[in-house]
Amino acid sequence: MAIKLLLGDEALAQGAIDAGISGCYAYPGTPSTEIMEYFQSSPLAAERQLHRQWSCNEKVAMEEALGMSYSGKRAIVCMKHVGLNVAADGFVNSAVTGTNGGLLVVVADDPSMHSSQNEQDSRFYAQFAMIPAFEPSTQQEAYELPKIAFELSEKYRTPVLVRLTTRLSHSRANVQIADASATENAKHLPEDARRFILLPGIAKANYKNLCAKQPQLLELSEKSVFNRYEDGADKSWGIIASGIGYNYVQEAFGGKCPHPLLKISQYPLPVKQLQRLMQDCGQIMVVEEGMPFIEQQLRGPLGNDRIHGRLTGELPRDGELNPRAILVAFGLPAPASLAPSELLRARPPRLCDGCPHVNTYEALKAAMGFYPDAKVFGDIGCYTLGALPPFQAISSCVDMGASISMAKGASDAGLRPAIAVIGDSTFTHSGMTGVLDAVWENTPMTIVIVDNFTTGMTGGQDSLGTGKLEDICQGLGVKPEHIRIIKPLPGEHEKNVQVLREEIEYQGVSVVISRRECLQTLRRKKSK
Amino acid sequence: MKCDIVLAGVGGQGILTIAALVGKVAMIRGLNVKQSEVHGMAQRGGSVLAHLRLSDAPIHSDLIADGTADVVLGMEPMEALRHGPSLGEGGVIIANANPVVNIGDYPELEKVHAAIKSFPRHVLVDGESLAKEAGSTRSVNMVLLGTLASFLPLPTELFAQAITETFARKGEEIVAMNLKAYEAGRQAAAN
Repeated sequence: MAIKLLLGDEALAQGAIDAGISGCYAYPGTPSTEIMEYFQSSPLAAERQLHRQWSCNEKVAMEEALGMSYSGKRAIVCMKHVGLNVAADGFVNSAVTGTNGGLLVVVADDPSMHSSQNEQDSRFYAQFAMIPAFEPSTQQEAYELPKIAFELSEKYRTPVLVRLTTRLSHSRANVQIADASATENAKHLPEDARRFILLPGIAKANYKNLCAKQPQLLELSEKSVFNRYEDGADKSWGIIASGIGYNYVQEAFGGKCPHPLLKISQYPLPVKQLQRLMQDCGQIMVVEEGMPFIEQQLRGPLGNDRIHGRLTGELPRDGELNPRAILVAFGLPAPASLAPSELLRARPPRLCDGCPHVNTYEALKAAMGFYPDAKVFGDIGCYTLGALPPFQAISSCVDMGASISMAKGASDAGLRPAIAVIGDSTFTHSGMTGVLDAVWENTPMTIVIVDNFTTGMTGGQDSLGTGKLEDICQGLGVKPEHIRIIKPLPGEHEKNVQVLREEIEYQGVSVVISRRECLQTLRRKKSK
Repeated sequence: MKCDIVLAGVGGQGILTIAALVGKVAMIRGLNVKQSEVHGMAQRGGSVLAHLRLSDAPIHSDLIADGTADVVLGMEPMEALRHGPSLGEGGVIIANANPVVNIGDYPELEKVHAAIKSFPRHVLVDGESLAKEAGSTRSVNMVLLGTLASFLPLPTELFAQAITETFARKGEEIVAMNLKAYEAGRQAAAN
């Protein structure tokens, strides 16, 4: 038995390797990125030649993993919470087809939005798709659960969602690694392969099966080692704590919670344990990281005065929890702490010194000076920082690829010039289809692809369009003479402004590729 | 035994290297470790933060509650001050004296230094000068690690070993420089 200091993400990846997976599929996204990166640096994964290349987006990754499952092998697909929106079609329908080889959908939520647009809670998706979900509290549980979850997935032919949150994904702890590592499944086809054909006639039967499975999934939760009822003498309160919320409760009470405490790390909600807690205790406090998923179900639409938590204000309605929030919720004294110094100034993230995006925005700002009505629609990546001073150059940032589609819609409405700014990796993730719409209608708009050869924001992962962007744009139907390349460097500024102006003037779809390597990846290559 | 450490700085200053080295040494000593850090957007030239908890008992929370930290270490003086509220009774604040001025409204440096000196237990280290003396300003984080280590219940030879292992692939010269910077930081704490 070895002990390693691992991030929650890494512990889960090691657990999946030791549970005999054959492939990992993912698109980078904070805080999930380190799962795939662990596979990519794992000697055992290399030795076994497990699949561990990045996919171009989460939907593709989801479907690739389902294909591996269809073939009888164990697969995981990893993404951040908003990535599950992209993958949702394949995800929800994989519950209807069912699985063959075990399939884990690992989703890392980002409450407090450290690096995200929202704090959606992936447990709702598991409930929606009617599949089991796990929510580990510790790195050790993250390591141990893949084995159990894969067995469940294969026995009940269902994908299983694993929900991580930032403070588990990005926190290291001692993890005990088993000596034995399971071997991969042999390739084998589903016993009834027709269930993967979701024609209405088959889908209807599948859906009845999925509904019929639910009592079994509930029973599994009620018997799960991940759900635990810990009795306490003071029954004035009962506490339900899920995932990482359990740790904060333990911390707040110094490891000796006086109240009955129900730890939940497997869903559907274990009804028997909930009934016991409701019977035994006076008031109930629900402590969960993220949205009030459990609390809302217990309260019901008509409310229940015994249920407390984020909806009743004892705990904050939004943002991450912490041990202090638990003390406050129970009206217990919290340790004294100093008030913040008046000298403090905010230090927001910024583009690196010498970053190519800086030169791109300088040129774009200068070009836009000639068009007071121009609007620039932004996208997801480091270049979103172009919204902040000194540039204040973009007007939107919504979701992956939205720059192009929103610019098209705005142009349709007569808001022109309509400009999109999108990174190379975001472009191949979800930007290409929007270009096809614009080409079909020859919409007057300009797409600036800031090509730094990498997925920069998440730390520099492969960008699958590298070296192919002109071909892709031309293949989608953009006229070759309106695919222009500029080099974002101070010495090229005047030339770049001129190119941007020419393409903004053009009353059709134009693409300007602003191309220079990310400084961070360049530095890393040099230091190797 | 428990020791809760808040590490703060500006993206790129190497607080994760410090956290990883302390975590490694604590593991060798058989302690439980929890080390929480923020990746992603927050690391680009903005404020960064890591929480590091060591204990011989089980550690529950990955985060350190305000008013309970034993040490706050800032690779930069205003970032150290930002996490003053984390500090518990009897705790020590360690700050590199050299500021990173990448914002327009950075406060008057003397006032920031004075605010750090107003903590009952504080160490203000001229990290850049000490690192330069050791061979390169790039090892400021090893200077601060040295200062931090002198407040931790962990043996100094294990730190030397961990530093040697971490930088071994970069050559003996780099290892020697980092060890020298580490030692300078330890001395600074003693003065």
